Amino acid sequence: MSLPKKEVEKIAHLARISLNEPDISLDTRHLSDILNLVEQMNSIDTTGITPLAHPLDTVARLRPDIVSETNQRDHFQSIAPQIEAGLYLVPKVIE
Amino acid sequence: MHNKTLSELSQALHLREFSSVELTHYFLDRIKRLDTHFNSFITITPDIALAQALAADERLQSGDATPLTGIPMAHKDIFCTQGIKTSCGSKMLDNFIAPYNATVVENCLAAGMVMLGKTNMDEFAMGSSNETSYYGPVKNPWDTKTVPGGSSGGSAAAVAARLTPIATGTDTGGSIRQPAAFCGLTGLKPTYGLVSRYGMIAFASSLDQGGPIGHSAEDVALLLNAMAGFDSRDSTSLNHPKEDYTTHLNNSLAGLKIGLPKEYFSEGLYPEVNKVLDAARDQLEEVGATLHEIHLPHTHLAVPIYYIIAPAECSSNLSRYDGVRFGHRCDNPQDLIDLYKRSRAEGFGAEVKRRIMIGTYALSAGYYDAYYLKAQKIRRLIRDDFVAAFKQVDVILGPTTPTTAFKIGEKVNDPITMYLSDIYTISGNLAGLPAISIPAGFVNQRPVGLQLIGNYLNEARLLNIAHQYQRCTDWHRQSPPGVG
Repeated sequence: MSLPKKEVEKIAHLARISLNEPDISLDTRHLSDILNLVEQMNSIDTTGITPLAHPLDTVARLRPDIVSETNQRDHFQSIAPQIEAGLYLVPKVIE
Repeated sequence: MHNKTLSELSQALHLREFSSVELTHYFLDRIKRLDTHFNSFITITPDIALAQALAADERLQSGDATPLTGIPMAHKDIFCTQGIKTSCGSKMLDNFIAPYNATVVENCLAAGMVMLGKTNMDEFAMGSSNETSYYGPVKNPWDTKTVPGGSSGGSAAAVAARLTPIATGTDTGGSIRQPAAFCGLTGLKPTYGLVSRYGMIAFASSLDQGGPIGHSAEDVALLLNAMAGFDSRDSTSLNHPKEDYTTHLNNSLAGLKIGLPKEYFSEGLYPEVNKVLDAARDQLEEVGATLHEIHLPHTHLAVPIYYIIAPAECSSNLSRYDGVRFGHRCDNPQDLIDLYKRSRAEGFGAEVKRRIMIGTYALSAGYYDAYYLKAQKIRRLIRDDFVAAFKQVDVILGPTTPTTAFKIGEKVNDPITMYLSDIYTISGNLAGLPAISIPAGFVNQRPVGLQLIGNYLNEARLLNIAHQYQRCTDWHRQSPPGVG
């Protein structure tokens, strides 16, 4: 299969990645190649087979609902691109 | 000094033949002099290393040392190290100073090991050649025109060039075993869940697993002793009792049943590589093992389903890099969407973007059943192939890679050919099984790796077989030309 350019642009938008116009045709070719490789999956019937989410088929471990981490906001925000008064700053979302 | 095994280094440190500070200076000096040829380190941490070495010497003095105390090592730059840049090979994290230590890093510190620095790697561990790193390709010490493999290529090159006695790596589709094979080293991917993933930057969470890369099975067993263990901070950590992986190294292989999957010795495998493996099979027979042909009938579907499962999980895991809380942020964003899109477009390299987009597509509305769910169903079939095989045999033997190390630039513009170089290693990740690559010979002076895949939690058995093989061969003791 070959992905239409429009579809690649849609995927890039969903993935929040801006595309360079000159690169789109190469991106389209590479993505189409990968999907062609993946097509081989359809060579076998998987009706009735349970998907394997965890290689050892174990379930998530539970723990008591108690606080186990301390607040380290200042520490974590020391590596943030832009903060003010303990808040992360982004461009204005609401007018 | 740089050709000593971990046990020999440990003994010398305990007998005060040299101090950890002296040993650390020695390896730091080698890195400074030689790494310009290989580019195996992203960050060197001499001050931290020497402080840790001083502390190790005090521990050795006070009699409270472990067998690993004072031994220098390097961490793949995917493991978070508090106060030290942790880049994951990406421009996205070029400015990222990790605010905490990964559990693996903590465990190595607790054992008294000395960190020399952080090693180069494919960006976010996505690659099989170390060419996707933001910090430039790593060169294979056996032939600097060839790749060291990936994604743990920096760790493998650093160990092969004797710039560090041992290093950590991670393996999502072969990223420990393939570089170990290309660089003539011993590399172990443990059972999924044996080594904590806490603080190990996530690529595909149901496949990622940390492990050691060293010269010999014995060295690797010693580091695995420190790395492995239950961790409440990793929700998929196995609650498995601590083992000493050196205990069974000397067990006899008499009666060992080795399975040879027909599908691993078919088209695609280079005849010269097959010839090397033939000799290895004979040697294992001589020490008491028996060989049996087995079938893993769904092998051909491993690469196709991997390129749905791994990108799907990667697209989800890498959504955290948004230019808001840490990592790269674009200049002058027009609005929030522009901030996200340009920060990610500038911060990620081509291969990472490709995988995020494939994953986004596979998980998007209307495609989930056809791609992700279908892949997870076939994943069960692949796992069940192994379950059936381990009813007949104790261990599975095959090649680690279809070829030896390829030339830098040879496959970089052809992602599919690059993906197929992981054809024998990917199944182990999909099934969550432990697997080891050990040096088994050379083709045109380039190392060949032999892979052993074990049943769940059979790391000790794999290391035992590898050690017995290494007792009657010396492939693991060969040094690249000029490294000595």
